[in-house]
Amino acid sequence: MTEQAVSTGPLPIVPFVKLPEDAEPYLEGYKCQACGAVYVGERNTCSKCFATDKMEAVKLAGTGRLYTYTVVYRSFPGTKVPFVSAVVDLDGGGTIKGNLINIEPDPEKINTDMPVKVVFADAGRQDKQGNSYISYFFEPAESA
Amino acid sequence: MSDVYVVGTDMIKFGRFPDRTVPKMGGEAALMALADAGLSIKDMQAFYCGNLMQSGNTIGQKILAEIGQTGIPVVNCANACATGATAFREGWTAIKAGLYDAVLCVGVEQMGRGLLGSGDVQEGIPTEGILGSNTMPTMFSELGMEHQRKYGTTFEQFAKVSVKNHHHSVANPKSMYQIETPLDVVMNAEMISYPNTKLMCSVNVDGAAAAVIMSEKKVKELGLMSRAVRVKASAMTSDPYTPHNLTLPDFNTCTRMCVEQAYEMAGVGPEDVNLVELHDCFATAEIMHYENLGLCDEGMGGQLIDSGATQHGGRVPVNVSGGLLSKGHPLGATGIAGIYEITTHLRGEAGARQVEGAKIGMTHVVGLGNACAIHILEKVS
Ligand SMILES: CC(C)(COP(=O)(O)OP(=O)(O)OC[C@H]1O[C@@H](n2cnc3c(N)ncnc32)[C@H](O)[C@@H]1OP(=O)(O)O)[C@@H](O)C(=O)NCCC(=O)NCCS
Ligand SMILES: [Zn+2]
Repeated sequence: MTEQAVSTGPLPIVPFVKLPEDAEPYLEGYKCQACGAVYVGERNTCSKCFATDKMEAVKLAGTGRLYTYTVVYRSFPGTKVPFVSAVVDLDGGGTIKGNLINIEPDPEKINTDMPVKVVFADAGRQDKQGNSYISYFFEPAESA
Repeated sequence: MSDVYVVGTDMIKFGRFPDRTVPKMGGEAALMALADAGLSIKDMQAFYCGNLMQSGNTIGQKILAEIGQTGIPVVNCANACATGATAFREGWTAIKAGLYDAVLCVGVEQMGRGLLGSGDVQEGIPTEGILGSNTMPTMFSELGMEHQRKYGTTFEQFAKVSVKNHHHSVANPKSMYQIETPLDVVMNAEMISYPNTKLMCSVNVDGAAAAVIMSEKKVKELGLMSRAVRVKASAMTSDPYTPHNLTLPDFNTCTRMCVEQAYEMAGVGPEDVNLVELHDCFATAEIMHYENLGLCDEGMGGQLIDSGATQHGGRVPVNVSGGLLSKGHPLGATGIAGIYEITTHLRGEAGARQVEGAKIGMTHVVGLGNACAIHILEKVS
């Protein structure tokens, strides 16, 4: 269940982006206490070992490595291109997709397995009601 | 359990037919396949219809309304890009079970242009271009880059797949395109998602394909064995758990599981297969599936395309029809179009693109979600 947001502040772009009032934003995962599989976002059952009552919410790491990516040159109408669509293995588990920013969108400049960190920022889009959203992004960890 | 045979099969030429309807195209293919077998809709005991984009519209019944309402059971199947193969397999299953002796399987689709999907959302904001990309080309480009990361496969090697399949299609009058497309043209075409250029993306077309399948008893009874082709194996899988799968759809593992079952059922190995129609929805995918299907060793997909082994005349020609890249990919029709292609070669009726002496052929499709279906067909002596 996701709580209905009533605040006037920005909303999380997806339910697993957590925006605590008094702490840094983070990504939430669920970890199977039986087999250790880590999932991005909430779930009740483990699709790896089939355990039905072993899921526990965990804070996912803010760092990881670029598993694979593509540079997107054509996308759906209204989407600014080019951008880097990245699949990242977070340290400690969980695989997640997002834009890799602060890097030239050029395959020559991007290396798989490079360390990245998770950053949170305004998503740059508003919904029909005018709400703003906070998204996660990845950026090269070296730039830290 | 009875062996199952393809006794009639055909497809309409793939293309863009905005003035035709899905039931009309499906009906046309059905009649062609029935005529190929010398039969009529009256001879069919059940009908398995594959269509994805209008899956709520009882397309199978609407096809019967075009070609003959005999009151037989109709099963409408939707299973992403494995839709047609799923319909075929449902028919196969029913004959295997001894329920029917003769059934009709049709796959049909009408497509628009451009990227599939829209990225629009009902609630919140569209995430495309923020949380990466979820276009089909992106997924298969990320998988291609995974292959590059593991094995060093190059943009040029991926591009060669498209050159080959476009070359093959020149000899296929039913292909959407019949145009030689050299490497520099492929590589310099509009980049969609690196490393897939536009010419390395399957083309959206309208199309329909059909197959009439039968039990051994019925084939013999009707004297249809001389042009019959045996279905040696029919296998299907969904995607098992793998660590990346929920974020990066894993078409490799489900294909590997599926082909293992298919080889076992058929009692053959990859070395016995004379030609393959595999799911080249993007050029990157074909290289992955060389390895998944056991056509070469792990990591050797790039070298396999370089070697020419998968070209017509090579050790194991792949996608001699032109593949999804040039023949076209009308989602629900694709699986049965593959059955048509392999059957035609095993019958020795493929004309200019005939793979000489073909005895065993394989079809493979995967659909996002995931679904994998593989059929191994065998020439009857
Ligand atoms: C790549 C893609 C976005 C291009 O679509 P599009 O916007 O309709 O294409 P454009 O209008 O830019 O260009 C069309 C022209 O490019 C050329 N072209 C495009 N794809 C081609 C191909 N595979 N082979 C040869 N020529 C091709 C043709 O000249 C075509 O002109 P025509 O339609 O008059 O014959 C689209 O084909 C696509 O998304 N393909 C993948 C479909 C898919 O995801 N299928 C499911 C996969 S599992
Ligand atoms: Zn588990």
